[in-house]
Amino acid sequence: MSAFSAVKILPSHPIATVRSASHKPSAAPFLSSPSFSSPLLHNSSSSQSLRSRPLLAVSSDVLSSQKPLGSPSSASNPVVTREEALEVYEDMVLGRSFEDMCAQMYYRGKMFGFVHLYNGQEAVSTGFIKLLSNADSVVSTYRDHVHALSKGVPARAVMAELFGKETGCCRGQGGSMHMFSAPHNVLGGFAFIGEGIPVATGAAFSAKYRHEVLKESSPHGLDVTLAFFGDGTCNNGQFFECLNMAQLWKLPIVFVVENNLWAIGMSHLRATSDPEIWKKGPPFGMPGVHVDGMDVLKVREVAKEAIARARRGEGPTLVECETYRFRGHSLADPDELRKPDEKAHYAARDPITAFKKYILENNLASESELKMIEKKIDDVIEEAVEFADSSPLPPRSQLLENVFADPKGFGIGPDGKYRCEDPKFTQGTAQV
Amino acid sequence: MAAALQMAALVSSLSNLITSGKSRPGSLIRSPAGRKGGILVVRSDGRISGGFSASPRGGNLIANAVAAKAEAPASSTPSKSGHELLLFEALREGLEEEMDRDPRVCVMGEDVGHYGGSYKVTKGLATKYGDLRVLDTPIAENSFTGMGIGAAMMGLRPVVEGMNMGFLLLAFNQISNNCGMLHYTSGGQFKIPIVIRGPGGVGRQLGAEHSQRLESYFQSIPGLQMVACSTPYNAKGLMKAAIRSENPVVLFEHVLLYNLKERIPDEEYVLCLEEAEMVRPGEHVTILTYSRMRYHVMQAAKTLVNKGYDPEVIDIRSLKPFDLYTIGNSIKKTHRVLIVEECMRTGGIGASLRSAIIDNFWDYLDAPIMCLSSQDVPTPYAGTLEDWTVVQPPQIVAAVEQLCQ
Repeated sequence: MSAFSAVKILPSHPIATVRSASHKPSAAPFLSSPSFSSPLLHNSSSSQSLRSRPLLAVSSDVLSSQKPLGSPSSASNPVVTREEALEVYEDMVLGRSFEDMCAQMYYRGKMFGFVHLYNGQEAVSTGFIKLLSNADSVVSTYRDHVHALSKGVPARAVMAELFGKETGCCRGQGGSMHMFSAPHNVLGGFAFIGEGIPVATGAAFSAKYRHEVLKESSPHGLDVTLAFFGDGTCNNGQFFECLNMAQLWKLPIVFVVENNLWAIGMSHLRATSDPEIWKKGPPFGMPGVHVDGMDVLKVREVAKEAIARARRGEGPTLVECETYRFRGHSLADPDELRKPDEKAHYAARDPITAFKKYILENNLASESELKMIEKKIDDVIEEAVEFADSSPLPPRSQLLENVFADPKGFGIGPDGKYRCEDPKFTQGTAQV
Repeated sequence: MAAALQMAALVSSLSNLITSGKSRPGSLIRSPAGRKGGILVVRSDGRISGGFSASPRGGNLIANAVAAKAEAPASSTPSKSGHELLLFEALREGLEEEMDRDPRVCVMGEDVGHYGGSYKVTKGLATKYGDLRVLDTPIAENSFTGMGIGAAMMGLRPVVEGMNMGFLLLAFNQISNNCGMLHYTSGGQFKIPIVIRGPGGVGRQLGAEHSQRLESYFQSIPGLQMVACSTPYNAKGLMKAAIRSENPVVLFEHVLLYNLKERIPDEEYVLCLEEAEMVRPGEHVTILTYSRMRYHVMQAAKTLVNKGYDPEVIDIRSLKPFDLYTIGNSIKKTHRVLIVEECMRTGGIGASLRSAIIDNFWDYLDAPIMCLSSQDVPTPYAGTLEDWTVVQPPQIVAAVEQLCQ
């Protein structure tokens, strides 16, 4: 894997460890001076030597060696309240259990096609999306089940969609890669990478438009849009074009890069001339932040500030979350290229295990309470599968529905009537 | 009485046009298609009748008769005298009226704001509505089209301008995957009421890349509606209809038609997106065309009329979906079809239209459907070569003569 030559050695930055045990989280420095000359790097790597091993990304000090965030000495002042901690824990367990069940169902032949699972990256989804209100939007990629769940789409709706049933959130018409939910402002679910970023930019534009042109102002500020995408997308033109436009018009958007180091079988380091994605924010004028994506609390702190910035109208932020997917790219991926020691390294940093440990060490909840949450989630997932199993498949009459919002778009047929007025249309058998 | 005087004025102006030699293409009699209002039929012998009629025939030579749509009432003659303007001004008028009417309508594109649009369609709008509502975008077609789609999903009604339709090839990803398909893929949860418009077609020696006809590339995209305007009257009407439509609509304008002048009604009107326009009723052959080729056809029609033919000319306007009713009625009457288009021969609108006609009206055909399209070549720069890539009136005349043997 080290066939290529150069691993970029970072020029010396003032590496400010934003996270120390006594540091107050609310004063996260990157927002105070949006100067692009010195983006503050939350890079908790202690050594440059790690970077010369191309397969491992910069590791976090939180869970491995040093004291965890909010060590027992600061148990009296934890970063999250008990309620927040339980909410976060439950959401991460939901994401993990759901994805595990998806794998099971896939291998049992209940769902087909391309299914991309999110195991290992839950901290990013939970860390960001749990801070949003319902009016805020989320745009994702094909790895979108957990983003939809975090945003509030019921597990049964997502599972039914995966099974291709008419009770799915998209009536079975979208599938794994196209999770949409208008009531929860989940704007998809896109199969081509990079495709969702302009859509997210548009959603952010509409938030600004509503505020400035339509004069619909809300006391809590602009509605924020989160765009989630991976490391592979960061080499795509749409990414850069949207960074430019979002900063140009100070759109209320946060670009969240889920850098799991692999684009199917293409290592990020083999595909990218400068693999440090957070550095690509400042050239466009926005802050670029790197955060350990396996630590949900760190992600949450960064997310709080980025979202608050966007809400205040200060513009976009580029957040690179260093994370890892425990499974292959999709359920069809044999996952042969990733080395076992890399996988082991990240498996040891499982965000759920780590957060559970944090909760227990800080006495935010008891072991039995956490077990109850896990049991509750198991029930939710089981119910979701039952619901999906027992739901009907879409009937033929659904075939031609929703192609056009205004079905007159099917045109005027030979008999002079709009084709959608043809009685056979509602059976899906009309010739259009 | 005022009405009669007005009618008389209209008739005399019609006859002026007929005798004025070089026809100004834009001054062709507006053929009111649409399902509102009453219609006016002017017969060649000067009689005027209201109400519906079958094809007005009288005398050997049919002048440029006002179209009569057999079924529905077409748009009304202006009760006032209307106002004259150029096609790009008509587009702007339609856009401005819609922007006044609905604050969610916004415009995005390159140079649409301060510059006023490369063809001046959005001139003055940025001063009136502000820089956010008439948004000057950077040169990133794929992304700003996607941005328009995202904004549409969240409730705005954007009008995205491609400075030249060919540039929208860069936005093909967004137009195909998101614009056309998202409504279906989301199970109907999000609608995309976007209008994508811009000038296309072969101009005056603009070179291959600025002379593209994208209607053939976009026509397979499910969920997308396509219309092509050709006169100031239908340009304004289609622009308004496209903006009001809940579907994503691609409005094809033509570079050479922006300076057509026509008198259009003062009162508000919206045309039907899915309908075709009867330009000239006839008996012998149905000529289906759209956009700039309409004018080549009408020019050929003059020659044909002088030779004793009576072509029926229909501007199909709606490129996707086709108005098979109007087309079918015409074929049932004439039994011969000639399609004249500016698309390439391969995979163009004509090819689809031909197969749609064969599917539906095979029994009514007395002759094979002829389709005149552009040559399958990249449009050359040299003027002579460029002229030979597109269909010219003599070819149309020859084709009709061959069809009617």
